[in-house]
Amino acid sequence: MAQGQMAPGIVSGRLSSDELTSNFSDLHAPLAPHEAAVAADRCYFCYDAPCITACPTDIDIPLFIRQIQAGQPQAAGRTILEQNILGGMCARVCPTETLCEEACVREAAEGKPVEIGRLQRFATDDLMATGEHPFERAPVTGKTVAVIGAGPAGLACAHRLAMLGHDVVIHETKPKPGGLNEYGIAAYKSTNDFAQAEVDWLLKIGGIAIETGSVLGETISLQGLQENYDAVFLSIGLAGVNALRSQGAEKEGVRHAVDFISDVRQASDLAHLPVGRNVVVIGGGMTAVDAAVKSKLLGAEHVTIAYRRGRDAMGASRYEQDLAASHGVRIMTNVQPVAIHGNGAAAEIELEYTASQDGKLSGTGETIRVQADQVLKAIGQTLEGAPEGLTLDGNKIAVSGAGRTSISGVWAGGDCATGGEDLTVTAVAEGRDAAMDIHATLVS
Amino acid sequence: MANLTTDFLGISSPNPYWLASAPPTDKEYNVRRAFEAGWGGVVWKTLGSEGPPVVNVNGPRYGAIYGADRRLLGLNNIELITDRPLEVNLEEMARVKADYPDRALIASIMVPCEEEAWKAILPRVEETGADGIELNFGCPHGMSERGMGAAVGQVPEYIEMVTRWCKKYYDRPVIVKLTPNITDVRKPAAAAKNGGADAVSLINTINSITSVNLDTFSPEPSIDGKGSHGGYCGPAVKPIALSMVSEIARDPDTHGLPISGIGGVTTWRDAAEFISLGCGNVQVCTAAMTYGFKIIDELTAGLSEWMDEKGYSNVSEVVGRAVPNVTDWQYLNLNYIAKAKIDQDQCIKCGRCYAACEDTSHQAISMTPDRVFEVIDEECVACNLCVDVCPVEGCISMVPMDAGEVDPRTGTVVQKEYANWTTHPNNPMAKAAE
Repeated sequence: MAQGQMAPGIVSGRLSSDELTSNFSDLHAPLAPHEAAVAADRCYFCYDAPCITACPTDIDIPLFIRQIQAGQPQAAGRTILEQNILGGMCARVCPTETLCEEACVREAAEGKPVEIGRLQRFATDDLMATGEHPFERAPVTGKTVAVIGAGPAGLACAHRLAMLGHDVVIHETKPKPGGLNEYGIAAYKSTNDFAQAEVDWLLKIGGIAIETGSVLGETISLQGLQENYDAVFLSIGLAGVNALRSQGAEKEGVRHAVDFISDVRQASDLAHLPVGRNVVVIGGGMTAVDAAVKSKLLGAEHVTIAYRRGRDAMGASRYEQDLAASHGVRIMTNVQPVAIHGNGAAAEIELEYTASQDGKLSGTGETIRVQADQVLKAIGQTLEGAPEGLTLDGNKIAVSGAGRTSISGVWAGGDCATGGEDLTVTAVAEGRDAAMDIHATLVS
Repeated sequence: MANLTTDFLGISSPNPYWLASAPPTDKEYNVRRAFEAGWGGVVWKTLGSEGPPVVNVNGPRYGAIYGADRRLLGLNNIELITDRPLEVNLEEMARVKADYPDRALIASIMVPCEEEAWKAILPRVEETGADGIELNFGCPHGMSERGMGAAVGQVPEYIEMVTRWCKKYYDRPVIVKLTPNITDVRKPAAAAKNGGADAVSLINTINSITSVNLDTFSPEPSIDGKGSHGGYCGPAVKPIALSMVSEIARDPDTHGLPISGIGGVTTWRDAAEFISLGCGNVQVCTAAMTYGFKIIDELTAGLSEWMDEKGYSNVSEVVGRAVPNVTDWQYLNLNYIAKAKIDQDQCIKCGRCYAACEDTSHQAISMTPDRVFEVIDEECVACNLCVDVCPVEGCISMVPMDAGEVDPRTGTVVQKEYANWTTHPNNPMAKAAE
């Protein structure tokens, strides 16, 4: 028997298994063939199309949509995957509303862009359903490359290198490959264990070995890798999380949103996953929205996103904000946490209103208390475990060109490196481009 | 409120919309439903000679061409004339006409090209009380292989001969239905007129294969792996029908011959266009077969509303209004000079005009890095392709230049006077100005 939304504290089983299954089903159902034909027909096949420019991986979007129109979704899938080997996942998780679909001329014309993301999913799903890998490896070169981290950047880099004939070993800390595709991002965007299925499919290219439990700085070192491989690609992500400097931040019930999301993604039975009755998520990015929506879907009664600036400054797009709001999440803006109250465990969070003056944010002194038996911190991730000797830029590994670090023979890409937004699709582009640069270096 | 009552050859109908001779008019049941829905008249599905009826294929009779969202744009059929006994059809026609005296009921006929055959069937048709007959000289499939339908319609002499027989043995109006599967539709029309026809109706369907199955390599519609050309109809054929109608309407030999317009009439607007090109009424088939008889409500209301807006009180006031504006290319005004103009406020920056002009036309549109598209007047020949490919209606327009302005493309001053090819200096056959 489900405990219900009003059960106090952080408890599991608020909703029945049926409700949970329904809540965590596909956010956007896949397009049926006729729907895809109609959606594809809306594409104007623009000259020098703005959507291509807006795509970090430069997918030839009008071409793949035309291939769908012409009745060849698998050819469309190949067009996508040639540019973005994780096109299947990107079709599900890309914030298309701020990328290709925002640039779509039909967005400008009528506020209703071509549904590029869903069409991409239609094409890539169709191709991947064949079970066959569409690309072949070039003759083996005998060169070996170490890729550190099996997230989107690492996988994209490894695939491209393998395709070009190099042998790749991916070193991954976690028990499963996939990075944030597996441990982050919203569950309702990647259903049916798609992240692992995609990795399995990607590895069919051959020439890629994955060593899990391989931790840079512990079981392996950059120096050792440089000695054993012809090149190294670092795609270690942002493993650290920013600390919350508020009174009571150590109380029970306060945790990192990324850990909570990871638990949801890895849960074998969502009915066993505890969630608070009153959840407050601190932050304004996609992680905050994901954590808030997931809390709601798990059965939390009240979920609040507390963000220190205005809505326009939120990292989450308007679409994501609306997604949260439509699930009943309350979004409070211009508030910052000052204290978490409670006798041992969190019970309330005290938020102070903020005002911005000359771009500088400061508290107004006025506070408000919100019930919170669970507080999820989504205030940003930081680089952690970067090898010594690498030049950093701010809190990221400094790269120039196609991911070249300050150390010769070492490239970096994805969230850990400078340049681009911290998105799956950007990571794929950086991994792919670094691979091309590594290849050019190795064969020169 | 405009009066839609139409008098075509003395046959009155409450509106100018008749159902064409086709599956929708094959039997009493359908025709009664059509009249109940409000159709002005029907041309009954084509009757054949007394005797064993024709047989149809037992596989698909239709094939289709679709637009986006499976909107039917063109239909192809290989159905023959009625496959029910003549007697049954005649009895039903008589009953229906008696019950709906205010509606037009026309008998379509196709019998062998022998005087006796026509002499035999015409009195029996007359007995039904039908308002007139339509000679099916158009069907391009099946019956044409037996020397009927289009096989007659493609030989003007046969048309004239058979029409004469009909006028000889039948007292009411005779309409000759023409096939478009010929090179010059004016010849069969003139033949019909010479034979005494009261009117022509056109177009019948166009020879067509809708598609080829790329697995079996059978044309569609496929009957056990084989296909035969069918007759194409529906919205896709309307431009062809309009042109053929206009040719007959403006040719001195056939000008004034009443025309019943057929070919892709789908909305009131299509009907108004046919009527303006000289048709006294229109016949509809594919639209009814696609959407059912209820479309008559839009067809009548739409035509009526448009006529009210324009101040026409009777359909006859519209008939032929566009005919004087249909001319030969050689008489088009070569001093009419226009330039494309792009409304930047409406432009959505898709660049289709640019691709079309740059790749396939006159390189008369410029593009900036931030996607501003502008017409280069020095290059623009006003071909209209940019207007045609622009997805935003009204974004690009063709703006005529005023007399006295200098055309930046040619450097010449735009002349006020009309001048055509017949007097153009480049025309070796030009008549000297008098």
